[in-house]
Amino acid sequence: MEKRKERIDRGIKARSEDIFALSSFREMLYLLAPRAIPVIGLLGATPFLSAYWQEVFISMAVYALLAISWDLLISAGLVSLGQSLFYGVGSYLAGALNYYWDWSPLFTIPVATVFGGALCTVLLLPVLRLRGIYFAMVTLVLPLMISRLVEATRILGGTEGLTGLDPFPDQLIALWLIQLALLATLFGFRRIINSNYGLVVRGINDNDLSVMSAGLNIYWYKAQVLFLAASVGSFTGAYGTHLDMFAGMPGFALDYSIMPVASAVVGGMGTFAGPMLGAFILVPLSEILRALGALRIVFYGLFLVIFVVGLPEGLFPYMQRKYHQFERWVTIE
Amino acid sequence: MNHTFPLLKVSRLVKSFGGVMAVSSLSFNIRKGELFGIIGPNGSGKTTLVNLITGFVKPDSGEIEYRGNKITGWPPYKIVSLGIARTFQMVRPFYQLPAFKNLIIPLCSPRVKKMEGGKYGDQDAVALDLLEEVGFERDAFVSYKVASSLPQGYLKRLELAKGIALRPDLLILDELFSGLSLAEVASIVPIIEKLKFQGKTIIMIEHRLKELFRIADRVMVLNFGEKIAQGSAEEVMESEQVKKAYLGTE
Repeated sequence: MEKRKERIDRGIKARSEDIFALSSFREMLYLLAPRAIPVIGLLGATPFLSAYWQEVFISMAVYALLAISWDLLISAGLVSLGQSLFYGVGSYLAGALNYYWDWSPLFTIPVATVFGGALCTVLLLPVLRLRGIYFAMVTLVLPLMISRLVEATRILGGTEGLTGLDPFPDQLIALWLIQLALLATLFGFRRIINSNYGLVVRGINDNDLSVMSAGLNIYWYKAQVLFLAASVGSFTGAYGTHLDMFAGMPGFALDYSIMPVASAVVGGMGTFAGPMLGAFILVPLSEILRALGALRIVFYGLFLVIFVVGLPEGLFPYMQRKYHQFERWVTIE
Repeated sequence: MNHTFPLLKVSRLVKSFGGVMAVSSLSFNIRKGELFGIIGPNGSGKTTLVNLITGFVKPDSGEIEYRGNKITGWPPYKIVSLGIARTFQMVRPFYQLPAFKNLIIPLCSPRVKKMEGGKYGDQDAVALDLLEEVGFERDAFVSYKVASSLPQGYLKRLELAKGIALRPDLLILDELFSGLSLAEVASIVPIIEKLKFQGKTIIMIEHRLKELFRIADRVMVLNFGEKIAQGSAEEVMESEQVKKAYLGTE
């Protein structure tokens, strides 16, 4: 006798998907709770963190933002292995504005966010026609090229970088800033991708010929998505620059490219909340494993492998399924 | 033959794929308001011709004129904005979406915005109306079902609706009837006749000759990328070359 797992949507899910949502507090709570958890969890924890854990939380939020930005690109079918391009460009832009012209972080961060996004978009514009691994290769190579260019030409401080930049007034303010940015990006991107505009973007990933035949210029859409994602990436770079009071070649480091991908794989691609969750697991894990010294990377890698093999769909889609559906075993004749 | 100004004029169009002539020096005109059938054995260049007209493939040489304007080598989105829409032979809808949501993408096109007078309006409502037009029963809520749960007949209708959604003047249907039962074809034919009655020019690529001949005004026959016959359904069937291409030489 064979058995198979049957999955059925919970009644409350079906009810609260439509206008009936407002008919009871229970149904409102059902919809509200999953969205409130990240907000309350993040903002609520902040006042109780030690200085060390404040730093860890900042790092978590930075990687979460890069991972969400990566996830937006994936939604449009663009595989990026070069999130560090966005980080590095934002970092150098904010750094240079502060170093050479003495702009305050109040202005360098917004300017670096917008112009960094635009600059990265222009840099990648010629290769937007490439798909899959070909686009990925270019994104991987570009940040490495730029950092070598900085080294060779000794512009922007060369290997020394730009040092002594203006810091944030205090670490707690920096933490609040990045957390608000993270929540705004998370909910903003989710809203965009669920709108009709987002439908077109996802359509490009799914079946670009069909979108082309619908009279839409897919490269224009891809460029817009790239700008959004690159702006978020550049924001993290500009933010990190003022946090470290330093802009330099480490901004183009491979860490900023690989961590977002790992986070998205652990958390579940295409959900935005998943990659954020992934970053919130991987970054503290890497901190905790620091005690193990050289073995750290071994355990870290082992954890990743176990996760990818055991839960290939990602943690967030798994949780989503458990929340919305119940499962039971049924026998099949 | 009346000498009306052609809506679409194709002259000496050539396209080869690595030595294989897909379309070789093909010329023909399409008149406004007619239903023009294109038939031919497998590999005769029919779908390549559609790809050439709609800008998915660039020709090696030759010209395509639409309303007197050269559109050769234009990108697909610009060609759509002129009013040429196509459907695909292989339907590949967005399976995880409800059927009507599939129409949101064409309804987001600049062409629709222009035709609606600069605004998109309630796209969901327009999508539901369009699906009813192509035979999705509104009472049975078929339009709300996810595309993956729909049978082939409905997916073909959805593909047709995607074309109609763009409010085209020239609609190119690439093997709309393939893979459908006789009953399904019979239920789609009136929809096409209605579109023609509304004044749309339609090009139909077909393998199902019997159904096509019943509704087409003129038919062109392709073989190895060349035109071997053109005229009314009866004229085409009389042609020796057509018989040879379809039945082979004895």
